[in-house]
Amino acid sequence: MSEYEAVIGLEIHAELKTLSKMFCCCDASFGGEPNSRTCPVCLGLPGVLPVLNRRAVELATRLALALQCEIAPHSIFHRKNYFYPDMPKNFQISQYDLPLGVGGHLDLEMEEAAVRVGITRVHLEEDTGKTVHVGESGRIHGSEYSLEDFNRAGVPLLEIVTEPDIRTPGHARAFLQELKSIMEHLEISDCKMEEGSLRCDANISLRKRGGTQFGVKAEVKNMNSFRALYRALDYEIKRQNEVLSQGGEVVQETRHWDADANVTTPLRTKEYAFDYRYFPEPDLVPLELERSFIDEVRAGLPELPAERRRRFREDYGLPEHDAALLTSSKAMGDFFESAVEAGADPKAASNWMMGELSAHLNAQSMEIGEVLVAPAQLAEMIALVDGGVISGKIAKAVFEEMLESGRDPGDIVREKGITQISDEEELARLIEEAIRENPASVEDYRKGKEKALGFLVGQVMRKTKGRANPQVVNDLLRKSLES
Amino acid sequence: MIERKDVEYVALLARLELSEEEAERFTRQLGQVLEHAERIKSLDTSDVEPTSHAIPLKNVMRADEVRPGLSQEEALSGAPHSEGGYFVVPKII
Repeated sequence: MSEYEAVIGLEIHAELKTLSKMFCCCDASFGGEPNSRTCPVCLGLPGVLPVLNRRAVELATRLALALQCEIAPHSIFHRKNYFYPDMPKNFQISQYDLPLGVGGHLDLEMEEAAVRVGITRVHLEEDTGKTVHVGESGRIHGSEYSLEDFNRAGVPLLEIVTEPDIRTPGHARAFLQELKSIMEHLEISDCKMEEGSLRCDANISLRKRGGTQFGVKAEVKNMNSFRALYRALDYEIKRQNEVLSQGGEVVQETRHWDADANVTTPLRTKEYAFDYRYFPEPDLVPLELERSFIDEVRAGLPELPAERRRRFREDYGLPEHDAALLTSSKAMGDFFESAVEAGADPKAASNWMMGELSAHLNAQSMEIGEVLVAPAQLAEMIALVDGGVISGKIAKAVFEEMLESGRDPGDIVREKGITQISDEEELARLIEEAIRENPASVEDYRKGKEKALGFLVGQVMRKTKGRANPQVVNDLLRKSLES
Repeated sequence: MIERKDVEYVALLARLELSEEEAERFTRQLGQVLEHAERIKSLDTSDVEPTSHAIPLKNVMRADEVRPGLSQEEALSGAPHSEGGYFVVPKII
């Protein structure tokens, strides 16, 4: 074990699921032709007046309450000044010293122990535009010029900052997963990391194990997946460990995670120091949320993943592992509950979802929302197995077909003629055949070799192409051999 | 007291290029402004609520509704250069 331990804090940005932008009425949905969703306000033209989106405040309050934050009685917006072409105003409206929510926490149920991660703040700001660097590398360095699309500029953004309470890359990943699931359950953000509606940066430093003094930290950016977050932090720990063990010093800097090369590299910035010169946004008035508004939002909070996990364990009798996986995203939990509602046995539904379904999602890089199989179809397939119509082995092939085509399991089974042969006369005929063809095995069995029976069952199964119930074949065989 | 290097720093942040003569003059003039502010700061304001806004208003919000904004052509009409619907900006670093 290393003499150092990691001290990690996360900064997460999530785009809020509003119809319109934060301070103007432009369409806030993802996509669209470049610069087709702008107006004088989000383009920063002179003489415009931003007006706060009430829904964005409501959604932010939902998360702040779900994370046990105090809602500030008085909160204001600031201008964060910087020159970068992704923001046409040359400043971003954000919250500074008086954010909407402060002092919350999120508990993670890790296998080894419960981990509490403090939430420093939850605040509202606006997203920036999208920059495309034109040139060979596609990166900012060496580009000839850049292109700007302001469709995302001004989309409501939530920033969540944690206390430096995280000690391992695994906990960091678990935190982000839990936070994502919470935001999905609250229906406040799409949380699509690949579309950039959920982003995560990390501050990470090392210190002597058991120490209380923080070391010099690096900020790591560009982690676009859970896997990237884990691997980037893992890499940073090793890098800083090496620097420190050789008597060196970690440089305070921003580093860029390169997922192809599996390294973090220092992000070169211009020589001037970052000085955002925050000052109160004079075009917006203070936010003083009424107690009644906060109570209303609190009363409307839905069931959160931790509660849902507990319910899955207690009401459906699922093991901890199943409950955790099925609540790791809202869509997963919804699929499971719909399948159970349609009559599926909870544990069977869970097994199929954690096994074949998850494997399919991974292989196809799909979200569960895109899968062709409906929860009721999974329930129907489980019913076919339970009713003895198809064997477990055949069910796997049927399910594969369902995942490919979205067709009903009953139709697939009928079309392919793969129902189990439960007609005893048909089976009796095949058993007769098997006995006739394998006199040696019959002899062995009659001399007391149990194993020979297994061989004969196998022969019958082969004749039915796996469509017989092995237990039934077993019983019938035994009966005919002993008669 | 403000020094010339402070003025140069602020000019850098604001992307302003100052001549020798301007840097001198602004250092002197900003110094006078700050001196005046110092005088105001000497007043006892311990009983006065800090003001973050000149108008006594709070919680001004709008409903979350989409309304048409500018078309792509209109949005780009003020841009010196555009390409394929994007604003073209000079290289950043």
